Amino acid sequence: MFDALTFAALPAGDEALRPLARQFAEEALAALPPDIRARSWSGFDQDFSRRLGAAGLLGLTLPKAYGGGARGPFARFVVVEELLAVGAPVAAHWIADRQSAPLILNFGSEAQRQTYLPAICRGELVFCIGMSEPGAGSDLAGVRTRAERTAEGWRVNGQKIWTTNAMHGDYMIALVRTSGGVEDRRAGLSQIIIDLKAPGVTVRPIADLTGDAHFAEVFFDNVDLPADALIGEEGEGWAQVTAELAFERSGPERIYSSVVLLDAWTEHLRRVGRADGAALALLGELTARLAVLRAMSIACTARLAAGESPVVEASLVKDLGTAFEQALPATIGDDLAAHPDEGVDPDLYRTLLYTTHIAPSFSLRGGTREILRGIIARGMGLR
Amino acid sequence: MSDFLDAFEKLLANAAPLHAVRAVEAGADSAAMWDALAASGFLDALVPEGRGGAGLTLAEVQPLWMALGRHAVPLPVGETMIARMLLAIAPEPVEPPQGPIALAVAGKGAALIVPQAQGAAHLLVEAGDGLHLALASGGEATGVAGDVAVRFSFTPGEPVAPSPQGGLRARAAVLRAALIAGAANHLTAMTAAYAGERVQFGKAIGRQQALQQQMAVMAEEAVAARIASELGCAAGCPPPLPAAATAKSVTSRAAAKVAAIAHGVHGAIGISAEYDLQLFTRRLHQWRLADGGERYWNRLLGAARLADGARSVDYVRTAIFPNQD
Repeated sequence: MFDALTFAALPAGDEALRPLARQFAEEALAALPPDIRARSWSGFDQDFSRRLGAAGLLGLTLPKAYGGGARGPFARFVVVEELLAVGAPVAAHWIADRQSAPLILNFGSEAQRQTYLPAICRGELVFCIGMSEPGAGSDLAGVRTRAERTAEGWRVNGQKIWTTNAMHGDYMIALVRTSGGVEDRRAGLSQIIIDLKAPGVTVRPIADLTGDAHFAEVFFDNVDLPADALIGEEGEGWAQVTAELAFERSGPERIYSSVVLLDAWTEHLRRVGRADGAALALLGELTARLAVLRAMSIACTARLAAGESPVVEASLVKDLGTAFEQALPATIGDDLAAHPDEGVDPDLYRTLLYTTHIAPSFSLRGGTREILRGIIARGMGLR
Repeated sequence: MSDFLDAFEKLLANAAPLHAVRAVEAGADSAAMWDALAASGFLDALVPEGRGGAGLTLAEVQPLWMALGRHAVPLPVGETMIARMLLAIAPEPVEPPQGPIALAVAGKGAALIVPQAQGAAHLLVEAGDGLHLALASGGEATGVAGDVAVRFSFTPGEPVAPSPQGGLRARAAVLRAALIAGAANHLTAMTAAYAGERVQFGKAIGRQQALQQQMAVMAEEAVAARIASELGCAAGCPPPLPAAATAKSVTSRAAAKVAAIAHGVHGAIGISAEYDLQLFTRRLHQWRLADGGERYWNRLLGAARLADGARSVDYVRTAIFPNQD
């Protein structure tokens, strides 16, 4: 079943990037308590991203001509793994580096590449992804935000929601309807780059249950954009978005969201000297699952490195990965609460509760569990 | 390697078709099946070249073991490969006995339930700090329908060799993991095909979203089992304890889930003796229980993990993945 996904080792040349990435990660985490590090890829620090860019750790999959590292998906895996393993704040460059840059490289015009890619590699540009809408969450074909041709270019009207980091963003790459209506479903969708500083754009952060605001609503009221705001071909938005989602769903961020909690709990067991059978079995189970998920994520990266777009395989890794990320706070909470007389460090407590409260989002962001399973079922020939 | 696997697949398809598997489960003589497998030369796949074998690594043999699982082969083929290797690499090499050899680890004098031992001529048993060769006579059927496992009571005599580095159980565990992965992947394909054909309420049941969600979970578990098995074999022989534990833990957990979904999707036909599904789901449960299930290996892995001060990702990367140097 899905035999193309097979165990692969990280190339030694890419492994060689690990010490440098680690040095940056260690530096970033030195001052941060675990409940802040547990924000993982939601932690926003633009200075940190610029330093990564200056060190050559961003744009690793991009050609040198655009300021990239000319290396490939394995190199990016190594760097991303080092950063996420400790919960370094990566949100300021995350989406641009992971998704927007490959999208612009693959589908954008030469002028767009020259404009955006070098700045992304320097960690200077914050991108966000405009896919979800109030009426279209997982049902992207239901997108209503519309871009119409004008004499000068495009005029955008509509609304996006659940847009990560739009309040910090420079640009949004939005999926919009350029022809037809929602009844046409996937036809008539296009991707367009929206300057978030343009007149007519309003961004409202959405506070979440943890006290943070990583998401936002974005409103477009007669936003005028130049003709070259369109990425790729008009009407090809659906195919482009599908390819883009393989980048979003396959990476190590889909397995490491709660790993700071796992480390904090392991340290707790060590500190209180508890090595009972139940705790060891849980620690072993979580470690084994983490190892296999890592192997699966590397296997997916190998398909990307081979120039494929492993859409189904990435869905499979993401669904298993987010189930693991959600199991961590649930089972670790159970373990700690099973020992009510054991002192729990305040940092560990905050990390546990933060992860517990945000965990429902793990299987929503980047495609819900049910949608991913539908994609897998299609890959099995069932639909 | 692919040619190699193709040849092995053809061999299994000829030597162990499912009607022959059923016959052996029912107690028929398995000599013809064994002779065909033995004549192929695959039994010495793991024996070093200097000792007359093919000198393959565990990673190279892993696809062959998966094929054994995919065909529900009722004889200890992978076990014999491991036994012949261990006898060949003993400080004083031991000439292996003819015929199938099953594997067991004897604890404190308790009775052993040895998987795939019904057709075995010998047992290779690890007891105390030695390896023992025993005739596989005098065992008792487990009393479970169609079971090819056998119950033995074992009294250690003189060992033929000291225990190998890393122990017998870790080697047996990665074999079981590969067998589970093979059977789980086969069951997933079989179940998807059934769901595409079986019509209820006027359409193929595979068109129902509720069932598609179940099938997706099954595929995830089957792929995870395969990758876990590959990971367990990647570091070579003996498999390091954390790698063996990871492989057996994840595949054992998957075995129970995959078997349950396979039966759920098939409905009542799945539990009939006449239908092939049960040949594979019974094997999955057998191999899950053999050589330590998920909790056994989780505890060992948890203890090793706790004793290591590294961060989780570093531990996984350095202790479970093969060293790249």
